[in-house]
Amino acid sequence: MGLKLTDEEKEMLEGKHGKATQKAIEIITTLGEIYGAGRLIPVTSVQIAGVSYHNLGEAGLEYLSEMAVDGRARVLTTLNPAGMDMLEWKKHGISEDFAENQQRVVDAFEKMGVVTTCTCTPYLIGNLPHYGEHIAWAESSAVCFSNSVIGARTNREGGPSALASSLTGRTAEYGFHLEKNRQAQVGYEIRAKLQNTDDFGLLGKAIGDRTSKQIPYITGVAHATTDQLRSFCASIATYGGVALFHMEGITPNRTAVPDITESVTDDDLDKARSELDDEAAEIDFISVGCPHASIGDVARIAEMLDGKQVSEGKTVWITTAKPTKDVAIKMGYYDKIEKAGAYLVSDACCAVAPLEGRFKGLMTDSAKACFYARGKNKFDIKIRTVEECIKEALS
Amino acid sequence: MTDFQGRKIYKGKAEGVALVTAVDISFYGGVDPETGEVVEKDHPLEGKSVAGKVLVMPSGKGSTVGSYVLYALKKADKAPLAIINRETDPVIAVGSIISEIPTVDNIEIEKIKSGQRVEVDADLGIVSIHE
Repeated sequence: MGLKLTDEEKEMLEGKHGKATQKAIEIITTLGEIYGAGRLIPVTSVQIAGVSYHNLGEAGLEYLSEMAVDGRARVLTTLNPAGMDMLEWKKHGISEDFAENQQRVVDAFEKMGVVTTCTCTPYLIGNLPHYGEHIAWAESSAVCFSNSVIGARTNREGGPSALASSLTGRTAEYGFHLEKNRQAQVGYEIRAKLQNTDDFGLLGKAIGDRTSKQIPYITGVAHATTDQLRSFCASIATYGGVALFHMEGITPNRTAVPDITESVTDDDLDKARSELDDEAAEIDFISVGCPHASIGDVARIAEMLDGKQVSEGKTVWITTAKPTKDVAIKMGYYDKIEKAGAYLVSDACCAVAPLEGRFKGLMTDSAKACFYARGKNKFDIKIRTVEECIKEALS
Repeated sequence: MTDFQGRKIYKGKAEGVALVTAVDISFYGGVDPETGEVVEKDHPLEGKSVAGKVLVMPSGKGSTVGSYVLYALKKADKAPLAIINRETDPVIAVGSIISEIPTVDNIEIEKIKSGQRVEVDADLGIVSIHE
């Protein structure tokens, strides 16, 4: 075997640091052996996916409870969205049963010393690695954002492997941790007009549909806000499995420029839009905040809803992280949103909450949300700008 | 008896009847976590159960939540006895470790037929077929 371990790592494997750590290091070393890693490396930040009880089920919860007996996080670790707002779940129509089980999941993580913030945008609420830092993140949109926009280094971890990194403080050195695997493979020249956040989601789908996991080198994007890049990352990861891209003048990683370049035009964006647009969709659910809305997004939406009323028969979820919601409460945004009859939902999102059967049609600004609404919840969908989504809610 | 030398993914020994497919399996959404029945539409094993079998497939696919489905099967006593792959993917590898299912890869799986008795010594990475 080519995998060399330090004395401390060998002790973990022998069980000297407890059962959970032993199981965790078995996961890390096995993945290292499968992918031909030479050694394990320390990580400084972990993001765990597989938090919604809706996805985990009783077995997942049982595994977490077993790990929580003696497992403790060694590095800063945050959580992906849960299946509900951990405080206000009742008014969002979540059942008592589900809430109880979801609470047990979060309690197990908390016992392990994980920061139970439940958001897909950990980098907005204090889990922010810097350029070149080795981390172990799950959640495909956050993986793509940290690798590409921040320039930190992570593979696409799953729930159990991310937890394993948290309990050991290690990951195996392979894949995106190595410079040689971070070079661009295919170029895309963007000739399409990019105005709103949803355009960036559509661009992510247009490129994602074509790349088949290759690393794109993107030119022709003059500027992009953090919120737009968040949406782009979520979309290109959902539709293309892309964990890393380069965007000229915008992202910080160094790379050689690929010889082959394809162009992406307005027609490509229109095609992506029409694919995410069910004509017959009867919209009864509007959700914005996939990935979780930033405080800037929330402020803007609060302004749009101020003094207005969501029309009868429509449900509106603005999804965000709990710390962002706390700021929104302090700033009065929460009151404006809730008085209008919309919900500012923290900790959860429309992709992982148990929503199947509750709605017929979803309108959202997120291409990623469209994918899960269609595939998991069997909703019809329409992708629109945030302004159009709010207009629909009020009409 | 024919022996194949592969690579250990997760330790252990098992012997049982092979259930073979040429199509990757997604445990999340593709296998019922309570019964072990393959429920993925149009999968060649649709309707068959992986419970108590030596499961042979090229690799795993799909969501990483699949690792927890293997764990659920183990807890329900419906897990495969062992898993043999051409190339194990991380979802299966992690699932095998947390559920303690002997697993071997780098095996020419097309030489194994459903119904054959197969012995797996994952510690040594050896798969033996009883003709």
